[in-house]
Amino acid sequence: METILLLAHTEADGTLAKAAIEALGAAKGVSTALSGSSFVAGFIGSNTQPAANQIASCGAAKFLAVTGDDFAASRYATDAAAAEALCKAAGATIVIAPATSRFNRCLPGVAARLGGRADTHVTAIDTTADKLAVHRWYYRQRMEAVLTRSQRPWFILVDPGSQAAWSGSPGTANAEAVSVDLPESARRTTVTGVRQPAAAVQTIRPDASLLFVTGAGWTKKQADGQSHVPEAEKLILDFLKLTRSSLGSSKSLVDLGGEGQAVLSFLTHLNQIGQTGATPRHPKGLSTCCHGEEPHTVGWRFVNERRAISLDGNCGWARGKADVLYVADAFQVMGRVNELLARSGA
Amino acid sequence: MSNPYQIVVCGSVVPDPLQTLEPVTGPSGPALKNEMMLPAWLDPWAGHALYEAANLARLHPGSKVTLVALGPKAKLQQVMMTVGQKVPFEFVALDGSASGFTDPAETAAALAGAIEALPGLDRARLLVFGGWESASRGAGVTMQTLAERLGIMDVFLGVDELKPQPDGAFEVLERIEGGRHQISRCSGPPAVLGWATGSLPEPKNNPQVGMANMRGVMPALQKAQAAKIGAEGLTFASVTLPKQLRETRIVKDATPDVIAKEIVEWIRK
Repeated sequence: METILLLAHTEADGTLAKAAIEALGAAKGVSTALSGSSFVAGFIGSNTQPAANQIASCGAAKFLAVTGDDFAASRYATDAAAAEALCKAAGATIVIAPATSRFNRCLPGVAARLGGRADTHVTAIDTTADKLAVHRWYYRQRMEAVLTRSQRPWFILVDPGSQAAWSGSPGTANAEAVSVDLPESARRTTVTGVRQPAAAVQTIRPDASLLFVTGAGWTKKQADGQSHVPEAEKLILDFLKLTRSSLGSSKSLVDLGGEGQAVLSFLTHLNQIGQTGATPRHPKGLSTCCHGEEPHTVGWRFVNERRAISLDGNCGWARGKADVLYVADAFQVMGRVNELLARSGA
Repeated sequence: MSNPYQIVVCGSVVPDPLQTLEPVTGPSGPALKNEMMLPAWLDPWAGHALYEAANLARLHPGSKVTLVALGPKAKLQQVMMTVGQKVPFEFVALDGSASGFTDPAETAAALAGAIEALPGLDRARLLVFGGWESASRGAGVTMQTLAERLGIMDVFLGVDELKPQPDGAFEVLERIEGGRHQISRCSGPPAVLGWATGSLPEPKNNPQVGMANMRGVMPALQKAQAAKIGAEGLTFASVTLPKQLRETRIVKDATPDVIAKEIVEWIRK
């Protein structure tokens, strides 16, 4: 019989973020499907009661919490200690958690500490005939595996956006406090802040409904024999501003910067999608001036509806990968798109 | 800046990403078709970690970089011919599987054993670098598991910058959600850092560095210890390539105005 622990860290206000609610949806599904299993929820944070109240009606047999200022910030030593204590208190054999940067860092270590195993970036969970299996991708999202493990505890970190969120009414839950004795060595690291791009160049928006992908074509010479990087920058930034979409970039475009070539000034490695970049999840994706074959197209593996603008009607990035390919000059099209969006107040 | 570091970089080899990869079922589980024939690269994130390590060592005289690499010996030799020309390092080879379908816990155990066996290992100066995930397994599990085995409690993942401070501490920038970085200050080594891309370009080949490295690389390859890396307790039900091919509607000869109108309507839908 499995004991399933939903593990979540709270936000600054003590509540759970969407990724945690999605993990709860997955944990509830597993708990329902595995006969005889029990279900426990565990929280880590400086203030955890709002989180327990938020999911009070989720059906957990009990709520456990490691609470305190030491557990406010995302820090390996304290997060690992808290997660270890919660797993032990729950007697967890299956731990389901959101694959946030905070948990991606600490939970594999906790799995090692408890003699278990961790699988990250899980995109689906199967429960058939009382057997649990997870789906995850290998070789940079180029092949999908379905796997199961005999080791326990088994930590399953589900990718944000891949699971249906739990829905239920809030209430009042009594979260049982779990104490953690932190050695002074756990405080060797101090989180001092968060650096974020200036608002004008904040181009990564994980919750945006549209991913706008820029390819190297934006910085290449155009029909007049000249490159038009400033114009490209303005078109792209105007579009992002009007649509609040998220910006992704092909690897080649980001790498050009390292080689001293002209690039779009607001692009960083964080915008990179594909082989050595991110594979973000968005309902829609619009790629412009991208090119390349299969290995380069994994950047929009998890984008549902895809459209592309390219001068090359045979481009492998778009053919067979996009729903619609517009064979056209992206400078001209995006200029008109921005005009239409601006005219209608986006 | 006078804090010399002992920097150990963990890395492995992956197939050239431009190659066609096809899963097959081998005697011990899933594998890649013609895996041993595929040209190999140093895992890109491990590469970033190596270049950052070399740069840190250059800025802190007395520091030493050791690359501990796990992979089939023949592949390691092939990859070291290129990587060995980039930056100076000492080399320790582990002859074992670099397949993405192995268990990171077993990889971490082998790496931990090799690190603990390094002569003159000084934990007070030790920084263990690696990629934040691999381009094969893509899990981001090995470095934390390695940290637990080495008893190191300061772990950073998705690192883009490490900035030593005059008092021996260092500041770390880690990637977090929304294109942001978390800034942390650690009081000093030992620490484990899983690097994202960092900020350094790939160094140009330097034949002199290559000559110096090769003096150590070839003997290290000759005495590479066999590491049994498998996937105990892990059962793959299937490994498949995505099959969906979209019916792409090609829009040619439409004016920018018509295309723009269609795109705007689609965005709003």
